[in-house]
Amino acid sequence: MAELLKIKSEVEEFKKEYFYRNSQAEENRQREYQAANRIQSWFRASKVRAYLSHLHKKAIIIQRIWRGFTARARFRQMVKAAYFIMKMNFYEEMAVRIQKRWRGFFVRKYIHNYYARKSYLEGLSRKNELVRMELAELEELQKRERDCVEMVKEQTAKVYQAHRLHHLLSTKQCPGVFNSPFRPAPHEMELLLRQVKYQAPARLDPRGRACLMGMLGPTDHSFPGTLGSPWIKTTGTCSSKPILPPISSKKQQGLLREPGEVWEQRMLCPDLTLRLQTSYTHLEEAQNQLRHKGTGSMLHHLSHSSNSFTQPAYAKSFR
Amino acid sequence: MSQRQIIQVFEQYQKSRFQFVQTVADLALRPQNIEILQNAGVMSLLRPLMLDVVPSIQQTAALALGRLADHSDDLAEAVVKEDILPQLVQSLASQNRFYKKAAAFVLRSVAKHSPELSQAVVACGGVDALVLCLEEFDPGVKEAAAWALGYIARHNASLSQSVVDAGAVPLLVLCLLEPEMALKRIAASTLSDISKHTPELSQTVVDVGAIAHLAQMILNPDAKLKRQVFSALSQISKHSVSLAEMVIEADIFPAAVACLKDPDDYVRKNVTTLMREVVKHTPELSQVIVNCGGMAAVIDYLGECRGNLRLPGIMMLGYVAAHSENLAMAVILSKGVPQLALCLSEEHEHHIKAATAWSIGQIGHHTPEHAKAVATSDLLTKLLELYMDASSSEDLQAKSKKALKSILQKCTYLPGLEPLLYDVPSNILKYVVCQFSKVLPNDSKARRLFVTSGGLKKVQEIDAEPGSSLQEHINAINSCFPEEIVRYYSPGYSEVLLERLENYQPA
Repeated sequence: MAELLKIKSEVEEFKKEYFYRNSQAEENRQREYQAANRIQSWFRASKVRAYLSHLHKKAIIIQRIWRGFTARARFRQMVKAAYFIMKMNFYEEMAVRIQKRWRGFFVRKYIHNYYARKSYLEGLSRKNELVRMELAELEELQKRERDCVEMVKEQTAKVYQAHRLHHLLSTKQCPGVFNSPFRPAPHEMELLLRQVKYQAPARLDPRGRACLMGMLGPTDHSFPGTLGSPWIKTTGTCSSKPILPPISSKKQQGLLREPGEVWEQRMLCPDLTLRLQTSYTHLEEAQNQLRHKGTGSMLHHLSHSSNSFTQPAYAKSFR
Repeated sequence: MSQRQIIQVFEQYQKSRFQFVQTVADLALRPQNIEILQNAGVMSLLRPLMLDVVPSIQQTAALALGRLADHSDDLAEAVVKEDILPQLVQSLASQNRFYKKAAAFVLRSVAKHSPELSQAVVACGGVDALVLCLEEFDPGVKEAAAWALGYIARHNASLSQSVVDAGAVPLLVLCLLEPEMALKRIAASTLSDISKHTPELSQTVVDVGAIAHLAQMILNPDAKLKRQVFSALSQISKHSVSLAEMVIEADIFPAAVACLKDPDDYVRKNVTTLMREVVKHTPELSQVIVNCGGMAAVIDYLGECRGNLRLPGIMMLGYVAAHSENLAMAVILSKGVPQLALCLSEEHEHHIKAATAWSIGQIGHHTPEHAKAVATSDLLTKLLELYMDASSSEDLQAKSKKALKSILQKCTYLPGLEPLLYDVPSNILKYVVCQFSKVLPNDSKARRLFVTSGGLKKVQEIDAEPGSSLQEHINAINSCFPEEIVRYYSPGYSEVLLERLENYQPA
């Protein structure tokens, strides 16, 4: 019993204890719960952290290896590129040197050729000198030509005047206008008048003047001697142009002979001689010849020709 | 009255008409009678006589009319107003050669006065009738027709175009080949008048082969023909490069240089004009002419002639020198610069002086060598005088200023530049001082000369705004010389020294 009572009192105690412990547990429940939560979350977190760090580490390893790989590849590429660029720079520099020399050479030789320019300018000066000289000569020649032509014109004019004034020629009885006794020597006009041959002044055109000039030519000394240019045509043509005969206006009729012909016939003394044109035995010889030839038809011809042979002939035959 | 008496009346009338017309024609030869004849109403009297039965009266009436219209403008207008032209044109087709000559003469004398009168001639079909006349045999008729066409074509491009459209050009070239000298002259002159207006007209003339025929006539002894031939060639070649090249390809050049010694002034002037028109297009064409010695010939020509005749030669030198420095050096070597200096001093007309100034500028602006050649002939001072002279025309002043500036920018010949430091407007002065500032730093002899000749003193006396380019150049010059010398030559130095003297206390 005592034990029962003890246990019964203990039950009370126990109940109290129990209640106390429950209430304590109740009170601590939240706290313990939260603590347990916390512990569990911490544990889980560290588990996850460990897992994550593991993952990270592995990822880092992979990435490191990968990046190293690509970087090395890129680096190799860069090295190649740099090498290439270095080579290209070198080539370009060498090319620049070549081009520099070439361009300098080309420009100096072909485009801005100093020596060519110099020789061109020298050549030009020489050419200018030449041209100036030639032009001066040309001018000189042309001037002389013109002077010649002028002189010829003057001379022909004077000759023409002389022809018109032929009546002023001085005679024995009376000295002419140009031959005044008070002069020391006769005027040149007087000399011209003496030289000029009188011609009827019917035709006064250049043909007539050219005839006059031709007549005067050998006696006239007052021309200048220098007619050496190949271009002086006008003086040459006067004397070398053929002077055509005048177109006869009145034609004489029919059977009348030219005036000169009759005069010729009268004046020209033919050579009179008793000699025959043919030999004395001419007829016999001819007959012998024909007999040797021996054709009957020739007899007829012979009889005609013998008539003309027997006439006494003059030495010069009529025409 | 008997038949004979009646016929006699008519014969008398005819004789009196003929006498009237003859006398009027003879009177019309003198200018003093024209006024009187006009007041007496000769125009209305002559008009019916042109339709007269007797051909010789018709011809003489036409001749009289032509002479009257030739002398004065009003009479030509009266001819147009009285509707004489259509009758003339109609009868041109049918009548004999004397009438044609007289009618062509009337058309010519009407057309020569003004473009409106020429237009009237064209409007009544005159051009076609004249072109028909060009196909005649008689050279006198052809000459009269060609002359009339030339006067029509002279005025402006549209009239020339109407002449060309009527087909005149091939016939004119055929006229060039005729033996008569007068016909050749007129044909060449008409071709020249046609081609002077536009490139298309010149092209038409060239397409017919005119250049070859004109080129053959260059060495003909007749001076008037040569004038017209060269004038025609220069009018053709002035329009474009291709036309000028065609003229050159006809091989005129070494031969045409000989014509520069022709006694006739206008032949020489026209040759020089031709050279100028050819040279102004490209350097290659200038090269052709320089290489055949044309430059020397033109420079000699400039020495011999005076006045307006010099103008084409001067312009030719300018055009040649403008193309490249090679050609400019060729001009200098051919003794062009002294000749241009002579022209500048001898000529008094402003337009010739302006052209000379322009040419000198073209020669001198290429390199220092060229500028030196110009400066040694003392041309810089002359150009300056022309620029500063108040009586020079604007054109002359502008051209001499431009030439001076362009030469100064290349001139390093200091003795030539020195006179330009004195009495010069500031816009020129800055170029001069700029040149000094370029040369002096490098050349010690030049510095010495600059000091001894008083140039440094003058430079100090120039006052310029600080900061302007002139001041910069002056500073650049001053920095070439030691301080003391610059101070010595600065204006008012003697006063400064005297002041120092006064303040000086001997120790």
